[in-house]
Amino acid sequence: MNPLQARDLIIDIPNRDDGQALNFTLKPGQIWGVLGPNGAGKTTLLHTLAGLRAPRSGTVHLHDRSLTEIKRRHISQQLGLVFQERQDGFPATVLETALIGRHPWLSPWQMETGDDERIARQALEQLDVDHLSDRLVNTLSGGERQRVAIATVLTQAPYTWLLDEPTNHLDLHHQVSVLQLLTAQAGAGRSVFMCLHDLNLAARWCDHLLLLYPNGDACWGPAKQMLVPAALERLYNQQLLTVEVDGAPLFVPKKT
Amino acid sequence: MSRSLVTPLFVLALVSIAAMVVSVGTGSVSVPPGDVIAVILGDGSTLQQTLVLELRLPRTLSAFATGGLLAVAGALMQVLLRNPLADPYVLGLSGGAAVGALLAMLAGLGGLIVSGSAFAGALLATLMVFGLAHGTGSWTPSRLLLTGVVVASGWGAVITLMLAISPVQRLPGMLYWLMGDVSYARSPSPGLALLFLVCILVVPLGRSLNVLARGPMQAAALGVSVRPLEWTIYILASLLTATAVTMAGSIGFVGLVVPHMLRLLLGNDQRLILPACALAGGALLVLADTLARIVIAPEQLPVGVITALLGVPTFLYLLYRSR
Repeated sequence: MNPLQARDLIIDIPNRDDGQALNFTLKPGQIWGVLGPNGAGKTTLLHTLAGLRAPRSGTVHLHDRSLTEIKRRHISQQLGLVFQERQDGFPATVLETALIGRHPWLSPWQMETGDDERIARQALEQLDVDHLSDRLVNTLSGGERQRVAIATVLTQAPYTWLLDEPTNHLDLHHQVSVLQLLTAQAGAGRSVFMCLHDLNLAARWCDHLLLLYPNGDACWGPAKQMLVPAALERLYNQQLLTVEVDGAPLFVPKKT
Repeated sequence: MSRSLVTPLFVLALVSIAAMVVSVGTGSVSVPPGDVIAVILGDGSTLQQTLVLELRLPRTLSAFATGGLLAVAGALMQVLLRNPLADPYVLGLSGGAAVGALLAMLAGLGGLIVSGSAFAGALLATLMVFGLAHGTGSWTPSRLLLTGVVVASGWGAVITLMLAISPVQRLPGMLYWLMGDVSYARSPSPGLALLFLVCILVVPLGRSLNVLARGPMQAAALGVSVRPLEWTIYILASLLTATAVTMAGSIGFVGLVVPHMLRLLLGNDQRLILPACALAGGALLVLADTLARIVIAPEQLPVGVITALLGVPTFLYLLYRSR
C-alpha cells in the first residue's frame, strides 16, 4: 500500500496568498472529502496531488518518494483520477473508454487482450452501464458519462482514488451506489480522496474532511471534528440548520 | 496482433495494389492488368518493360508515398489537436514547406538542400502555429484553426511575393512545386521508406495516441508523458509533410479527407487508423493522379487540382455538419 502524502503543500492559485500549507497523509482504508465553495481550489488541489499541476511550494509524496521523481506510468499504476470535465474530440464507445484504464498496465507493444476486456466489462457492470458498452460516449446522458468515467478508473484499479465531484449528474440511487463502491474500495485497503459539493454526502460517507477556504486557509482532520456548524457556515458563507438523522448530523441551508 | 486490425488493413492493401495496377496500366498506351503483373514479375515485351518500370511505376509509387505521408500526417495532427479538421495544409505547414523550398530554389540550390529547406520551413510553420495558438496548457480548436488559416495566408503572400521577384528562368520549377504534381517525381524510395518506418513506429505509440485523443490531462493521469509524445507527433507530422511536399509540391486535403473517412468506417483506434491512412491515402492519390492524366489527355492536370476538387466539397460538408 502506498500512502499519498502532502508535505508543506501550497497549491498554485493565481493571485492568491499562500495561506495554510497542507500536511496530511492519505492512509489505506481512509475516505477523505474536500469541501469548499466554488473557486476555493478543490480541483487544483486534486490535480496537484495527482502530479498533473506543479504546486507553488511543497511536495506530494507517494510511498515516500516525491511524485516528480516517479515516472508517469508508475504513478498512474497507483493513482487514479476521475476528472470533473472531460473532452471527447473523437467519438469512442463506452467499452473503448473503459479500456483505456488498462493503459498504465500494458507495455507499448502489447495489445489489449481478452483479460483486459473482461476487467473493463466488469467495471462497467459495477457502475451499471454495461448495457451501454457499444454506445458512443458523446451520446450518453451526463450521469451515464460520469459513471463511465468512474468505471474507467475502476478498470485502472489504482490504490489511491482521486475524484472530482464524483456524484455530479448522478441521480440519488446512483450517488449512493457510487459512494458504496468507493467505501468498498476503501474497505479493501485502498484510499479515496474526493471533492464534494454536497455537505451531507460528505458528512455521511467520509471519515476525514479537508475544508478549503477561498483565501487559502485550510483545516483537516477526522470528519466528526470537522463538522462544526460554525466552521461550515464560515466555509460557505451561508447560515446552516443542523438536525440529527440516523445518528449523523444533517445540514440544511437556512432561509433568509 | 488482433484480427480486427488485420482484416481492414489486408483489404486496403489489396485496394492499393489494384489502384497501382490500374494507374500503371493507364495512359497513351494502355497495358492490361495481367501484363502489368507479368512485367513486374520480370516478363513482358521490352516496350512494356520500359513503359511500366521506367516511366509509369516511379510516378505511381511517388503518388502512393505522397498520399500516404499526407494522410498519416493529417491523422497525427488531428489526434494532437483533438480536432478532426486539423491537417497540414489547413494549418499552414505545406505553406511553410513551400516557402522553404522556393527560397532554396530562388538561391539556385537544388536537390537535398531544397528538401532540407522544405523540412525546415515545415518545422518553422509548425512551431509558429502551435506557439501562437498555445493558450494556458492546451489549444482551443477554434483559435488553432484561425491561427493556422491566418499563418497559411501569410505564407501565401510570401509565396506570391517570391514569385513576383523571381527571375523568369526559375519560375517554371517553382510553379510546378506549388501546384502539386507528381509527374516529375522520380525517386519514390525515401518517401516509401519513411512511410513504412512511421507505420512501424506508430504500433508502440498507438495506444498512447488513443489515450492522448481523450485530452492531455486525462492522458497524463493514465501514465502518458504528454509533452514528449506531443513533440514526437509534431516532429513526425512535420517530417512527413515536408517529405510529401518535397516530392510532389503542395497537395491539399488528402490529410483531411482520408483520416476522416476512415474514422467513420473503422473507428478511432490509431493503431488501425494510421497504417490504414497510409494505404488509403496512397491509393487515393494514385487514383487521383490517374484521373489527372486521363481527364484532358494527352494534356495532364496537376494532381493537386483533382484532390482539391474532391477535398473542398468534403471539407465544406464536414464544416457544415459540425456544430
